[in-house]
Amino acid sequence: MAETPFILQEHQFQRLKTVLERLRVECAARCVFLVDRDGQPIALNGEIGDMDTTSFSSLAAGNVAATSSMAKLIGEDVFPSVYHEGERESIFISVIGRSLLVVVFDERSTLSLVKLRTKRGSFEVAAILDEAMRDSTTSQMNGTSFFSEITDEDIDSLFS
Amino acid sequence: MTFINYASREINCKIVYYGPGLCGKTTNLQYIYDSTAPQAKGKLISLATETDRTLFFDFMPLELGTVRGFKTRFHLYTVPGQVYYDASRKLILKGVDGVVFVADSQEERMDANIESLYNLEENLQTQGYDLNNIPYVLQLNKRDLPNVIPSEELTAELLRKGEPVFEAVASNGTGVFDTLKAVAKQVLTELRKG
Repeated sequence: MAETPFILQEHQFQRLKTVLERLRVECAARCVFLVDRDGQPIALNGEIGDMDTTSFSSLAAGNVAATSSMAKLIGEDVFPSVYHEGERESIFISVIGRSLLVVVFDERSTLSLVKLRTKRGSFEVAAILDEAMRDSTTSQMNGTSFFSEITDEDIDSLFS
Repeated sequence: MTFINYASREINCKIVYYGPGLCGKTTNLQYIYDSTAPQAKGKLISLATETDRTLFFDFMPLELGTVRGFKTRFHLYTVPGQVYYDASRKLILKGVDGVVFVADSQEERMDANIESLYNLEENLQTQGYDLNNIPYVLQLNKRDLPNVIPSEELTAELLRKGEPVFEAVASNGTGVFDTLKAVAKQVLTELRKG
């Protein structure tokens, strides 16, 4: 059977956004993303412009999945962070359990500052995500999920 | 793993197209991409070799509509079919909500189909899934070619659990959306069951 769905409640989403906003300011970053390790974007904050955030999230997850497998091949358990340095823009990705905290920054910031601030922010993010995961599991076990009310007609209407 | 965001009222699910090399997985995605209205899709990302063979994965997000006020977004992935890219295939199956197995109907590809299907079952197990318990559809692709195995024969060889089976010619779109709908419907039905 597929895994328990991960349900993010509105208050948890707002708390995550607050953490991301503060983290972006503290890092002097262009934008900050929280992405599920399966590639689903969870929350973001900052100057997104016309960036395709869905594709970006999927590629970030693919990137971490590939480097984590490379880590295992050389005897490391995991690379807890991944860094890509560009001419103008750089990307720092920190692995937080099942999620990735992705910071995009330019010459207004430095890698050491981003690493330092991200470490602190990641604890807060992890706590909110853990809470959401616990609530998701409880909701599924109690059969109290909103989705148990979805009817065949609701599903069929998507394809009509 | 399905991700449900109550704040943005979105349901996000992951569907993976699996199958042997050159069976038409990317062609399925390309057809869906070309036939979908711009507002319902994101970019089609293809991590391919210089000869257009899938190296890591293809990806496209697709919005199907709303269920009880929730936007349903499906993230469609393909795996690289070539045998030696197995590590990549394992990674892409992580968090999968539904699988489409694209079989190549040509007689000379029968062994490749069987090998790929066993590989799917093994890789799902590695990720903690059982093919018998996840949404799954079998597509018999390339039905327009002259040297195809009869559908009944191919189905008898590849059917695993009474899953929906669709004949397809992905290059002209035949069977492509029927396949997608069938797996998407199973994923949403599974979500309802909890």
